[in-house]
Amino acid sequence: MSLRRFILNRILSIIPILFGVSVITFGLFHLTPGDPISQMVALNPDISAAEEARIRAQYGLGGPVYQQYMTWMGNILTGDFGTVIKNNREVSAVVMSRLPETIVLGLFGWAFGLIVAIPTGIYAAVNKDQLGDTVSRFIALSGISIPNFWLGLMLILVGALWTGIWPVLAPSRLPLWHPKMLKYLILPGLTIGTASAASIMRVMRTSMAEEMNKEYVTAARAKGLPERQVVLKHVLRNSLISVVTLAATLTASIVAGSVVVETVFNWPGLGKEFIDAINAREVNLLMAITLFTGVFIILANLLADILYAVLDPRIRYD
Amino acid sequence: MSTERGRIRITGFDADRVESRDPLSDWAEHSAVETQSRWRRGWERFKRNRSAMVGVAVVLVLSIAALLARPITVAGFPIQPLALAPHEPSTILYLQDPSVGVYDPPSLSHPMGIDGSGRDLFSRILYGGRYSLSIGFVVVALTASFGTVYGAVSGYYGGWVDEIMMRIVDTIYAFPGLVLALIIVTILGGGYWQLVLAFSLFGWASYGRLVRGEVLSIKENEYVMAAKALGARDWSVILKHIIPNAIPPLLVVASLNIGTVVIGVAALGFLGLGMPPGTAEWGTMLDATRETLIPGPEGRIPWWATVYPGLAIFLFVMAMNMIGDGINDALDAQATGMDDQGGA
Repeated sequence: MSLRRFILNRILSIIPILFGVSVITFGLFHLTPGDPISQMVALNPDISAAEEARIRAQYGLGGPVYQQYMTWMGNILTGDFGTVIKNNREVSAVVMSRLPETIVLGLFGWAFGLIVAIPTGIYAAVNKDQLGDTVSRFIALSGISIPNFWLGLMLILVGALWTGIWPVLAPSRLPLWHPKMLKYLILPGLTIGTASAASIMRVMRTSMAEEMNKEYVTAARAKGLPERQVVLKHVLRNSLISVVTLAATLTASIVAGSVVVETVFNWPGLGKEFIDAINAREVNLLMAITLFTGVFIILANLLADILYAVLDPRIRYD
Repeated sequence: MSTERGRIRITGFDADRVESRDPLSDWAEHSAVETQSRWRRGWERFKRNRSAMVGVAVVLVLSIAALLARPITVAGFPIQPLALAPHEPSTILYLQDPSVGVYDPPSLSHPMGIDGSGRDLFSRILYGGRYSLSIGFVVVALTASFGTVYGAVSGYYGGWVDEIMMRIVDTIYAFPGLVLALIIVTILGGGYWQLVLAFSLFGWASYGRLVRGEVLSIKENEYVMAAKALGARDWSVILKHIIPNAIPPLLVVASLNIGTVVIGVAALGFLGLGMPPGTAEWGTMLDATRETLIPGPEGRIPWWATVYPGLAIFLFVMAMNMIGDGINDALDAQATGMDDQGGA
């Protein structure tokens, strides 16, 4: 299969999944006792009866479920995600204004994970079963076991409260791209990146140790290459492929992590918006963020698969 | 061992010669013995793995501590009379003893200090294990069994059944488990069984995918074809032949998954959406401390209220992950050992 056909196939294969994601999102919020509008009305007593009727008409609620779904899907495909009841803002505008905050935080976590994990993984695999390996494995195991919200609280406790070296709450909103913001990004970024760093390190170590036993490594050594070159040039390239497959899974874990970590650090991103929307029962906003999360993760998976096929041509012949 | 098995008398070959020949083929009797010793060998390896045994010890200690924390009575009849925890987890101590204040630091009589409502933290942490640990085990038992059946059916039948069933799994995979759990808890409200449902409703998908993959490779084995040729029904082939062979990788994933569920439950508690506020659940206990930690009341930081509940979660999840790694190593090493031995 040529690369182009592989990519086309994969893109076509996500269509039913995208459909499924929309069905799950819709179903979760609609197949519950009482439709979302009556939930909204019960929890926001200032909605008048006329307004309720208007909202019902807008979403086509009242017809059978599949018809409601079609109306909802139709609205979304035309870019209409409804409004936030509390302040009457467009849901899509709210999501767009929060998105950059989460992306910056997520990218920082990602970058931190890769920068820490890849060298440590290489080190551990080269010194397999020695002291350094044992220590780094223990740290990696702690990294995947530590609850991220507690790690965040501990970083605040030690960094901000005890030693006072690290401020936590950003001053009233500098623009996100302001260089000063980097300082406020570090603690939440570390918190969100720790779990990914630990998982990448574990995968890196296992796959490198596995590659090290292969025949091409013996061949490279036999022809007299310095060990450094064998490891960095031959083994590393092949083991990085397995990190790429992990990448998509980690994206999901970073997205989930952002919900918790943004709440701990009061970081005004999508995750915090999601929790606020839960507490205010803003169904439109919840549905939009849920759908967005699903689509985002599907696209991340797609990208990882394509990258994998580019890096390892064998996969295309499956 | 004898040629007179069953009612058919086998003639025409010299049994002794066959017996003395090199064991080239896997006889049914042979494989039965192999399966037995395969588990025993894995167990031997597991026992020699020090970090896994530490994990087992920690999990046992925490579980026993949670069980013995306070007496358990079922319908007025005490089935567990012991009380390791000195106080009821919900007792507000300053009402009984005026010398106890809110946020008293750790001391001899209250080894982990007093929380923001004047309750003994040590008692609450011992007791709190009941929620986190039991939800973890119940969810994994539910999701692993449903996922196993789902994956086995999907992989065994193949074709369009498999196609549809796996697209459903792919769809669930598009959402992080925590986000789905958050939505379910938002709809149903907090509480013990709501949390179980929140993590079980979609949590089976990973087992489904794993077991399906295993089934696809097990299906190719001759013993499955033999069972079918002997007229075994689909269900009995799946239950008796396919699932038992898919168990080792399942065990690894399940043991790691318990930790994930416990962290997830604690995260919901921390976000104020898990157990009702004030419950001695580890994550919910952290939720109550979050506000006092950030401003730091009167310059004094009640760190114990934040450190200990989180430490309990961390300790348990770490121990579960050590066990998971241990099982993985034990079964993995044994699998490669089998290959060497078989020489095939």
